[in-house]
Amino acid sequence: MADSMFQQAIDFINREADLLDHKAYAEWLGLWERDGKYVVPVDIHATDFANTLNFAYDDHAMREMRVARLKNGESVSSEAQEGTVRSLSRFRLLDEDPASIRLRCAMFLSEVRLAKPLLYPANVEYRLTKTAEGLRLDTKVVRLINAGHHLNTVAFIF
Amino acid sequence: MTQLIDIENVTADPGRLVEEGRVHKSLYSNPEIFAQELDRIFNKTWVWVAHESEVAEAGAYKTAFVGRQPVIVSRDRKKNIHVLLNRCRHRGATVCEGKRGKTRAFTCPYHGWGYALDGELRAIPKPEEYEGVIDKQELPLERLRHESYQGMIFATFNEEAEPLEEFLGGAKKWIDLFMKQSGGYPLQVLGDHRFRFPGNWKIQLENTTDAYHFPIVHKSFISSLDDQTSEVFDFLDGEGFVEDLGNGHSVMVMIPELVDLEANLDDPIPERFAELAEALRAEGHDEAEVRRLVRAVGGSGFNLNLFPNVACSMAFFRVLTPISVDETEIHHVAIGGAGAPAPFNQMRLRLHEHFQGPMGFGTPDDAEGWERVQKGSLAGPDGWILVNRGLKRMAPSADGNPAGAVCSETGMRAAYQMWKRLMSDEAGE
Ligand code: FES
Ligand SMILES: [Fe+2]
Repeated sequence: MADSMFQQAIDFINREADLLDHKAYAEWLGLWERDGKYVVPVDIHATDFANTLNFAYDDHAMREMRVARLKNGESVSSEAQEGTVRSLSRFRLLDEDPASIRLRCAMFLSEVRLAKPLLYPANVEYRLTKTAEGLRLDTKVVRLINAGHHLNTVAFIF
Repeated sequence: MTQLIDIENVTADPGRLVEEGRVHKSLYSNPEIFAQELDRIFNKTWVWVAHESEVAEAGAYKTAFVGRQPVIVSRDRKKNIHVLLNRCRHRGATVCEGKRGKTRAFTCPYHGWGYALDGELRAIPKPEEYEGVIDKQELPLERLRHESYQGMIFATFNEEAEPLEEFLGGAKKWIDLFMKQSGGYPLQVLGDHRFRFPGNWKIQLENTTDAYHFPIVHKSFISSLDDQTSEVFDFLDGEGFVEDLGNGHSVMVMIPELVDLEANLDDPIPERFAELAEALRAEGHDEAEVRRLVRAVGGSGFNLNLFPNVACSMAFFRVLTPISVDETEIHHVAIGGAGAPAPFNQMRLRLHEHFQGPMGFGTPDDAEGWERVQKGSLAGPDGWILVNRGLKRMAPSADGNPAGAVCSETGMRAAYQMWKRLMSDEAGE
């Protein structure tokens, strides 16, 4: 029996997580719909991202620039970043229609900074579109549970 | 042995730690100096706590810090602003948590004492046991003296401090210019980015007036800009300057063409704002309004450093809070126009996100540099931080203040002279 659409979506976002942890940014860019949005809101309850301040609110062009910055060796913080490990769990299907599927999950991401591991727990919400070539990433919203307080500076992609 | 005693003596005396062109590295790492700074600087001078738009309506409040002391900035029902110590008069719990909000009263969570927005103690549960013991009128939340300039609210614990406008002095002209970037609408705070870095607060203070680092540290940001814009940010060889405005304040003009945002409204619209101009026209705004908004949207061409804790930095407020000798919290406060067209404020938010905050294209690289400074300050038994760049090439500014090249360390020297003045004053005088 073929995997359910929900299972395919889970596989897709697990793969996305793997690409980011392994800094396979070019491939990561390829997962996206051109009009897709990558959002890390400051206010975890925000829904009107265009009219509020976010940590990141990336359209296609900003995603490309963010990746270029992480990779081109010009950014000292990106060079110093030693890597991330994230795990996704507690997947839940939010809704599905013929064109798309929405789901959310828990994410625990850790990085090492000044020899100390830091933890970034978050609720992550995805909207994936169903296309002839398979699923594509249309929206990813990372709600860090610590977003309302202070963060450390971030030289990776959540 | 003699050398050791020498160093001890230097670190004990603030006056000897700051010379004209260098400061002792213990300024970043000595906890005793930090404790003295809280006392002699943050508890003595004017400290920025809010912009009035953050507490625009009756009942609005915001939490902040004066040094390490938690305060509440509130607006009462008569629309008066108060700056209150965030400490219940009973057994001392904070009465208000969270960044900002609206409320009718501050109720202490511990035993339920209730305070009005102006700090008056109004309600005590089960008051009988206090009969003849306390008088409510004598136990309001403690109030700090506060004054505003152009909507910027400053507070101080020091009843003797000079009036705010006197303290700001030469900086006022630049605050006036900075406020023009809301494009003819009242300036409004749109949100803030908060982050901490493991380093001393003065490393951040210096950075706001440090143009020298820009092309090095922010190379990746400059690479992400279109050619026309990256040329605007290539300012080290331009006509910019740094001017000592007195009282530790300084201005660093990076892009002289963008000092007055109400001038040169007929200049061609820069490429990167062409889309914004179209969006504004599509909303029906006339050409004069479109040009005014487009000219203002990218912010002012200067960083105004106000000693000790806030900067009007191109397009945002940069606020620092000292946490400990080697930790500092920074807020990058995004601003726009209250009631301004949505595309204008959206563009300002996107520009802010591009450079500022923990995920911006600028800040993480700055923070990397600051962390390295803190780490390096622990190396060796003795050492000095050089702030003497441009020292021999100073000339009076148009306003008659000492000024140096845009990438000189004039602003840092101004701040450290103020530091020395305040730190050399005996506490309580
Ligand atoms: S500490 Fe506030 S009511 Fe007791
Ligand atoms: Fe910088």
